[in-house]
Amino acid sequence: MTRETTSFVYVTYIRSTPQKVFEAITRPDIAKRYWGHENVSDWKPGSKWEHIRANDERSVELIGKVVEISPPTRLVMTWANASQADDPTKHSRVTFAIEEYDTMVKLTVSHDELEAGSGMAKGISQGWPAVLSSMKSFLETGTGIDLFAKPKSA
Amino acid sequence: MDADKVFKALGDPTRRRLLDLLCEKNGQTLGQLCENLDMARQSATQHIDLLEAANLISTVKRGREKLHFINPVPLHEVYERWVRKFERQRLSLLHDLKQELEGDDQ
Repeated sequence: MTRETTSFVYVTYIRSTPQKVFEAITRPDIAKRYWGHENVSDWKPGSKWEHIRANDERSVELIGKVVEISPPTRLVMTWANASQADDPTKHSRVTFAIEEYDTMVKLTVSHDELEAGSGMAKGISQGWPAVLSSMKSFLETGTGIDLFAKPKSA
Repeated sequence: MDADKVFKALGDPTRRRLLDLLCEKNGQTLGQLCENLDMARQSATQHIDLLEAANLISTVKRGREKLHFINPVPLHEVYERWVRKFERQRLSLLHDLKQELEGDDQ
């Protein structure tokens, strides 16, 4: 049975260097400051990576494998809900492409092989724009956006 | 990248329709978009160029095709800057009003 898949491509321009952008994705101590999560791996092709909520519970929310890595310009990894790790049809693929662009860095995040209409497809289409604008804000000003912010009256 | 470009790109019904089309189905070719817009390629291309310059659309070459993807990252920045800030104030006003009317001693 073939499944219908969908893709998303997100682009942001950041006043920074490719090295800093690459580290913002792969270094837990940096990612937790703007993403609220850490990406934990030894970052070797074939190794697993885990997306861990940076709070006391440290729950593993996403898992996958490093497919390809060439610092500081390219990282490809598979991506799945930790609870759906055993189902290959739930694994999607994320590519980070980092290139110098004038005095900035162009960061392109392509999320492919997503099951069309799935919870993950909906989740990431809300998630990536928020994460990328928080990363941009963090790298340019030193302050990320609180991704878990709620209205004061909630 | 540039808020002026984002607002200018959004200030046109055809371009907003283009974004809606990509929201419904991401990754379309120019041909597919023209079909849905009922518009000649040349005029559609001009609109797409403006959206691309504002970084609201990104394109990817897949084989011989060029696919267009909606890129909502600049919209999120506009939202952070121009919506959420004011929304927070409004919500906290409602919160204060509710406290005032209901009293604090429940």
